[in-house]
Amino acid sequence: MAIDSVASDAAGPSAESVFGPARRRIGEKVIAVVLFCAAATSVVITIGIVISLAGETLAFFADKAVSVSGFLTGAQWTPLFSDPQFGIRPLVQGTLIITGIALVVAIPLGIGTAAFLSEYASPRLRSALKPILELLAGVPTVVFGYFALTFFTPSILKGLLGMDVSVFNGLAGGIIVGVLIVPTVASVAEDAMSAVPQSLREGAYGLGASRRQVTVRVVVPAALSGITAGIVLGASRAVGETMVVLIAAGQVPTTSLDPRGPMETMTAFIGATGKGDVPTGSTGYKAIFAVGFALFLMTLILNAISIRFVRRYRQVYE
Amino acid sequence: MVGDVSDLDPASDPREEPASRGVPGQVPAVPAGQVHAPIPAVAHDDVIDDAIENPVFITEKLSVSYGTSPAVLDVSLRVPEKQITAFIGPSGCGKSTIIRCFNRMNDLIPAARVEGTVRYHGVDLYGNEIDSVQVRKRIGMVFQKPNPFPKSIYDNIAFGPKVLGMKGSMDQIVEQALRRASLWDDVKDRLKDNAFGMSGGQQQRLCIARALATNPDVLLMDEPCSALDPISTGRIEDLMHELKETVSIVIVTHNMQQAARVSDRTAFFIVDMGSSEEARIGRLVEYGPTSRIFTNPHDIRTEEYVSGKFG
Repeated sequence: MAIDSVASDAAGPSAESVFGPARRRIGEKVIAVVLFCAAATSVVITIGIVISLAGETLAFFADKAVSVSGFLTGAQWTPLFSDPQFGIRPLVQGTLIITGIALVVAIPLGIGTAAFLSEYASPRLRSALKPILELLAGVPTVVFGYFALTFFTPSILKGLLGMDVSVFNGLAGGIIVGVLIVPTVASVAEDAMSAVPQSLREGAYGLGASRRQVTVRVVVPAALSGITAGIVLGASRAVGETMVVLIAAGQVPTTSLDPRGPMETMTAFIGATGKGDVPTGSTGYKAIFAVGFALFLMTLILNAISIRFVRRYRQVYE
Repeated sequence: MVGDVSDLDPASDPREEPASRGVPGQVPAVPAGQVHAPIPAVAHDDVIDDAIENPVFITEKLSVSYGTSPAVLDVSLRVPEKQITAFIGPSGCGKSTIIRCFNRMNDLIPAARVEGTVRYHGVDLYGNEIDSVQVRKRIGMVFQKPNPFPKSIYDNIAFGPKVLGMKGSMDQIVEQALRRASLWDDVKDRLKDNAFGMSGGQQQRLCIARALATNPDVLLMDEPCSALDPISTGRIEDLMHELKETVSIVIVTHNMQQAARVSDRTAFFIVDMGSSEEARIGRLVEYGPTSRIFTNPHDIRTEEYVSGKFG
């Protein structure tokens, strides 16, 4: 009997009689939709970029004057000449040389800055220096470009070091791009190094390690994934940097490996050509997109390599 | 408490006064007058006068402050050689702060200021010509939470010897250190594995092995078992008994029973509640042979603490 009555009771009260009337929260749904749209914007824009690049790139390769093998292997890039040549190698080479020079400058400076701020500087000095560093990241790149062209090349490279460089040269462009990306590298690397638990440092100090040994043998390896992320971010910026190289490195697509001479990067070509006098729909116009697509692939590959690298070498400390 | 007292080996400290020796299985009666008499900050009989012949450390009026607020005041004691000395007391009593003076670990905290003296084999550790890095090469430390480096087991042990530029076969040094920490049989087949794959107890023994690899004279242990389960704790305590043949050990512990089980001498610290919340100052209350501290404490605060009345 008792069981029966329990069962009938269980079926009895409605949810409403216990919890009150259910409310429909429309506001929550609106907010969720708005936030989703915000998150989706960057994805949609990325897809849009790929589609627009890919469309024009396909149109470029459909052109009679262009062949895929000639594009990939040709050593001459003269898209606007009456007898146009579309070998992208000079542009890729220019990009790689300038990025390489930039990284040679930025990696030691960036990691050194990060190590100083994280391991050596007093809290006061650190809180004063870090905003200055981040301020440097906010200087417009066009300022860096003219700094390279009007000061660094004539006064430092020619004047101080007595080098035989052209007015427009890859070396100045690369070095100044390197300076430009130091804040990026340093800031990300410093965050990673500061995040290394104090207990690891204490363990090393407790074994009689000096500050340098703690930094080099414990903190840097433990923060390697973050440091690498900083370098990759810096490298991506260097590959994509336009203004400095456009202004300081010249616009001569060359296969010469000598950074003292002028050279043209992929971005500089896009920037210079996109400025104006190329008729829309012409092969030269489409070439902009083909180069852009190649640039896109390059950064994609760079990121993929670095992700693999980080997975492989990072030291998980928790 | 009773069971712990019976664990003590009364013969472990021959200098101990006969009267203070605990009777196993029974908490001895303490003469009432002695307990309730007004007490100096420190029961100095054991601190200065006790016949510790070859002290590793002698502290005199050692005080540490962080910024403007003192953390621990006027600690004077002698740490004997090749014995285990335990620092016990409630949280915030400064026991960890004091142990960190012994290898100048407090140097890493910019706001920390150390006053008074710490002598290590007679040498002033805070003297002008002393290099704190050199100090830490002689005086190893094991921390509260196991803190192996994110490297292989082998590289963890080899870190200290490499930093010190020790000569000889690194394989041998690593094996010997792991054997001393009775970890060799557990890990000899996976020396290249990451140390983070080990259990917490193994990680802590790895940290002990890491500290032993540089052949330190002293091992400082700052609550080494507080993050471990009872079985791992027991293994580390067994290990400490083996190690005291060759190294002097100072252990900070929350756990009175642990102090009673492992140590030869015990120092009891207390938090002195000042006028305000911030003015909490650690002080050394009493120091002496462990068996006496646990069975016949001279200070009522020690007695209350070891009998579980507070803390």
